[in-house]
Amino acid sequence: MAQAVQETLSGTTAGQVGEQGLASRAIAAITGRAVILVPYLWLLIFFLVPFGIVFKISLSQTTIAMPPYTPVFNWDDGISGFLANLRELSFENYTWLLDDALYFNAYVSSVVIAGVSTFLALLIGYPLAYAMARAPGSLRPLLLMMVILPFWTSFLIRVYAWIGILKPEGLLNQFLFWIGAIDTPLQIMNTNTAIYIGIVYSYLPFMVLPLYATLEKMDFSLIEAAQDLGCTPISAFWKITFPLSLPGVVAGSLLVFIPAIGEFVIPDLLGGSQTLMIGKTLWNEFFSNRDWPVASAVAIVLLLILVVPMMFFQRAQARAQEQGR
Amino acid sequence: MQGQLSRFNISALVLGFSFLYLPIILLIIYSFNDSRLVTVWGGFSTRWYVSLLSNQQLLDAAWVTARIAFVSATVATVLGTLAALALTRYTRFRGRFLFSGMVFAPLVMPEVITGLSLLLLFVAIGLDRGFLTVTLAHITFTMCFVAVVVQSRLMSFDRSLEEAAMDLGATPVRTFFQVTLPVILPAIVSGWMLAFTLSLDDLVIASFTSGPGATTLPMRIYSQVRLGVTPEINAVCTLLIVVVTAGVLTAAVVNKRRDVQRQRDEQAAQRG
Repeated sequence: MAQAVQETLSGTTAGQVGEQGLASRAIAAITGRAVILVPYLWLLIFFLVPFGIVFKISLSQTTIAMPPYTPVFNWDDGISGFLANLRELSFENYTWLLDDALYFNAYVSSVVIAGVSTFLALLIGYPLAYAMARAPGSLRPLLLMMVILPFWTSFLIRVYAWIGILKPEGLLNQFLFWIGAIDTPLQIMNTNTAIYIGIVYSYLPFMVLPLYATLEKMDFSLIEAAQDLGCTPISAFWKITFPLSLPGVVAGSLLVFIPAIGEFVIPDLLGGSQTLMIGKTLWNEFFSNRDWPVASAVAIVLLLILVVPMMFFQRAQARAQEQGR
Repeated sequence: MQGQLSRFNISALVLGFSFLYLPIILLIIYSFNDSRLVTVWGGFSTRWYVSLLSNQQLLDAAWVTARIAFVSATVATVLGTLAALALTRYTRFRGRFLFSGMVFAPLVMPEVITGLSLLLLFVAIGLDRGFLTVTLAHITFTMCFVAVVVQSRLMSFDRSLEEAAMDLGATPVRTFFQVTLPVILPAIVSGWMLAFTLSLDDLVIASFTSGPGATTLPMRIYSQVRLGVTPEINAVCTLLIVVVTAGVLTAAVVNKRRDVQRQRDEQAAQRG
């Protein structure tokens, strides 16, 4: 700034500076465009376009040949071919999804299981996040690290670890036998309880981190003030702490709820054969039945279910960004 | 009040962290179990680690996975950093809403959908499934995690530093490499590590997009886990946990050291 002022004052180099400014501004504009364009194009090609293809294939017929569907659009035929193909489009796969109660039940039970698990994760995650936020400042980085560390550890491994604990002859039953709490082994493996445990365990860091972030910024003298004014600790919590931590509650719940709906590994490894979850249904349609069109239709309906919570999530992200500025 | 832990808070911490760590610790302990029955303790032994070395399938899968993770994390870090810059520096451009949507959505998108859609793309454009397709898929979903990590660092970045550099005559490109990059480097490094471990861990997306000859370690582990818990799998898992934990802790220590060093430098500079 100072240099520019000096040069403008001296007058002689003013024109030169203008030219240089123009040139560097042009370079800045070009690099700026590249900064946006490169990731933008990548995501368009590898994230957005694939959804179009999924939608297209969800409308086509199942055939036995490979790839296991008839192409709906054949670009070689030109406009007339395109129109002819358009007539062949069918919503058959979707009516199939509606007719077969299996799919409907799978969607409903996925949402219910994800909802219950999210609530349980909140119930367990909130006290943990709260205690972390109230811990001495010197201890907090260590506690934060301890929450993040399991998140870095393989998801598959963490789910696998529970199999050895929950199965009928597993460590939990052995322990309960040993302390004399039970005399017949508990059947937890292959039930919804096992899925709840798996989801809560795997997604707990996603719940704790946003909660901790909001609670840590909170001014805890507000609670002291409320208590001085005669509030009991519990009512002070519900009147002050909880409302102030609401953005963290929303962010954490969405981070658990949305991916949990489409979860595959947990219901597959812990849930056994009777559990219905849509991620598992999609996987089976694709890998066991090799029915790509139905798998695509399942994916599209799942996406429609997720659009609303995802928009909430993006809104929450954008708001957090605004506040961060 | 603050800084003291009540009994309630201490028990919340102890219970919460026991829940998070006990299953992993049990898994590690039982990887040293001599007995083939996983849940019966038969004495300490490292035999399962020795038998791993002769499991060629598992070793091949580990090598494939490491290469995919390295390549995809590196590309994803570049793309993710660009995306983070685009989101923080350019508040107004056509399609910004769509762009930010595409960056945030993969963070919560169920893996089965991402996997299926990418597979259908690769089939549609006639790309043979294998190493390349898994790598492309991993770049796509991990770059968004990198973008979020780098973006949070960029938001707390003091832009007057850049303005100062440009006022002193540095071009925007030079300013980026000499001023911005060094400051956001820790975030970029942790973004790379996150992308690397996410790629290392991924089962679902890899299963959809992989082909013959590109079986990754999680796919191998998964197919064995379906047959039951074995001490050998416990041993592989333990090794993976140790590698990842060591990486994360080293990065944390290095970052901490650098912070301390910087504070010292700043104090020294102030003293003149």
